[in-house]
Amino acid sequence: MNLEFTQEEIAFREEVRAFIEENHPKYLEGMGNREDMTPEDMTAWHKILGRKGWSAPAWPVEYGGTGWTPTQRYIWSEENARVGTFMPLPFGISMVGPVIYTFGNDAQKQQHLPGILSGDVWWCQGYSEPGAGSDLASLKTTAVRDGDHYIINGQKTWTTLAQHADWGFFLCRTDPDAAKPQEGISFILVDMKTPGVEVKPIKLIDGGHEVNETWLTDVRVPVENLVGVENQGWTYAKFLLAHERSGIAGVARSKRGVEKLREIAAQETIDGKPLISDFDFARKVSQLEIDLAALEYTELRTLAGEQAGKGPGPESSILKIKGTEIQQRLTELTLEAVGSYGTPMYGSIADVGSNQYPIGPDYAQLSAATYFNMRKTSIYGGSNEIQRNIITKMILGL
Amino acid sequence: MDFNFTEEQQMVRDGLARLVREEYGSETRREVIASDAGWRPEIWAQLAELGILGMPFSEEDGGFGGGAIDAMVVMEEFGKGLVVEPFVPTVVCAGGFLKHAGTAAQKEEHIGGIVSGERIFAFAYAEPKGRYDLADLQTTAKKDGDGYVLNGHKAVVIGAPWASHLIVTARTSGEQRDKDGISVFIVDKSAEGVVTRDYATFDGRRASEVYFENVSVPADALIGEEGAALPLIERVADEAVAALCAEVCGAMKVANYMTLEYSKQRKQFGVPIGKFQVLQHRMADMYTEYEQAVSLTYYATLKLDAPERERKLAVSTAKVRIGQAAHKIGQEAIQIHGGNGMTDEYAIGHYFKRLTLFDSEFGNVDHHMKRHIALSAG
Repeated sequence: MNLEFTQEEIAFREEVRAFIEENHPKYLEGMGNREDMTPEDMTAWHKILGRKGWSAPAWPVEYGGTGWTPTQRYIWSEENARVGTFMPLPFGISMVGPVIYTFGNDAQKQQHLPGILSGDVWWCQGYSEPGAGSDLASLKTTAVRDGDHYIINGQKTWTTLAQHADWGFFLCRTDPDAAKPQEGISFILVDMKTPGVEVKPIKLIDGGHEVNETWLTDVRVPVENLVGVENQGWTYAKFLLAHERSGIAGVARSKRGVEKLREIAAQETIDGKPLISDFDFARKVSQLEIDLAALEYTELRTLAGEQAGKGPGPESSILKIKGTEIQQRLTELTLEAVGSYGTPMYGSIADVGSNQYPIGPDYAQLSAATYFNMRKTSIYGGSNEIQRNIITKMILGL
Repeated sequence: MDFNFTEEQQMVRDGLARLVREEYGSETRREVIASDAGWRPEIWAQLAELGILGMPFSEEDGGFGGGAIDAMVVMEEFGKGLVVEPFVPTVVCAGGFLKHAGTAAQKEEHIGGIVSGERIFAFAYAEPKGRYDLADLQTTAKKDGDGYVLNGHKAVVIGAPWASHLIVTARTSGEQRDKDGISVFIVDKSAEGVVTRDYATFDGRRASEVYFENVSVPADALIGEEGAALPLIERVADEAVAALCAEVCGAMKVANYMTLEYSKQRKQFGVPIGKFQVLQHRMADMYTEYEQAVSLTYYATLKLDAPERERKLAVSTAKVRIGQAAHKIGQEAIQIHGGNGMTDEYAIGHYFKRLTLFDSEFGNVDHHMKRHIALSAG
């Protein structure tokens, strides 16, 4: 047993640090996750990484991955967290990409993988429906075969950033008579410019526009856009969700977040002294840091298992539950730390690019919006209740 | 980074698992802790024979050249069976002092006896008013000719009824809570003026209140530097915490398993209670707590030789989080066992008691939280 990085890993850390230092746009530094980012801001780093060949570290090398070990990928995410880069959106790199290279045909691989790697094609996910959240198998959107096409009808919801999307991957029911709700579902790629696709914004409690309703009315999609085998989409959907969960702990970002929280609490005052010297507050920060250490070393153990050839198993549900709880707690404490300057609504008039003069200290401006926004993390990707179901079923055998 | 055990460690683990399974069943344990002796010298002799008691010592000191990770492996298996024999006070604590600060003569005098199982130690560090502060000492050791004279009262000295020797922290100068002026002594328990009041503890062990009434010890009873022993004491205490964390992981693992099995058997309203989602989620949380405790036990153990601040942060992180996990798992296990969990007959109650009392050894959650806060303030 040994916690130290090897010489090669230390050299790797220096290499990526130097690369980030030289190539990450300075105007984006620390922007990660700001709600007023433009679509160009959000893809800028992705495109730079695409040119370097580093946009999809976890992919197999033959499809454009890096061949990095899980430990190297961990180092990579830590180094990105240090400067607060905005990492490639997950829809292409972490979700549809692995499905396409694992289950798609050669034509699909050639058509789609390059755009995913380069960051030139923006993807969105069409899973959830108004009546089917965590109970995904109850989805109702239909795809009916009509010659060389599927005709898709239905309504999807929570389609994140679909307002900018070029392509979407949708789960549709192709066999309404299947014996079980999980059967008879297909995984279909849809060009978002196809007539009949309509994206309508959903305004969220944080005031931002991040998710949408997507309406599909007689959308004609060529049958070539079916991934894998018709009616086997559930298998691919589960595969995708397991991939999504493997990066969800967010340890590196939360570590940076705790540092920022300490910086904020050193500037805020209470009884004329820094807030961080207040025992009650310091205790909450320490508790958060302690919980984060438990998560970090659990993730490292999982990575070590992966390095030894064990795929991400149901244990990744632990990372999802604890990772999201910690992210939420972090934003909660940050909001608490800024005091009453968390109250003014940032960018409250327009959705983006507000030119209002800032109210209160910089670090306070997004604290409430971020807190409100991060409540989503225990709901999406399979709610934390669903993760507990996975643990009880897959690990505890109940 | 590497979280694998060596083949040797794996063998030790398997051997101990067998010993605990075959010789340390919960029935047997219940009888033993209720007996006059309260422990099993024959198990201690077996551990010596297996080389377990000599594992953490270097080969030149007569041991087998292992370290903290080996102790972790041992303690986890002990935890699974709630083994009461005094491995931590004797091997981890006394062994730690001897390894880090013992003179050649002191090592010669004591390590052989520890390895062979003949010499047993207890670590007398706590005091009635000290509340986990290792520097809060009223026990004094006054210079007297070449030696020292000890006076004072040590509280809840775990394993003392079985011990032949004591490691005693005492003040050679300064005020009650000064960080300077603290020294450590090895004291023969049969020395004149050592008075003990022995008792059982709720978690099945034995302990003593130990009184020193003008106890004369020779100059070579001093281990480490006179008046400057606090960093050494803190280091050994951190090593003890890491070992206890491993023990508690073993105990939590079994408590979780028992609870899970119980929930599959026990029926209410015509179905096994494990079918109720409200209990499933609580058991999922218990499992999550356990896995994270294991992670932090590795973390703390692997940082024991790191620079002081790093080591202390890691150990306090583990002690806080595992203290919380142990409370939660213990309480939930009892709740899910229902009334049966309240009975002495069901083993789960014994795990619950050990998981609970772990918190007050070498500093509870609050104590280590304060240490974490102080260290974080820089």
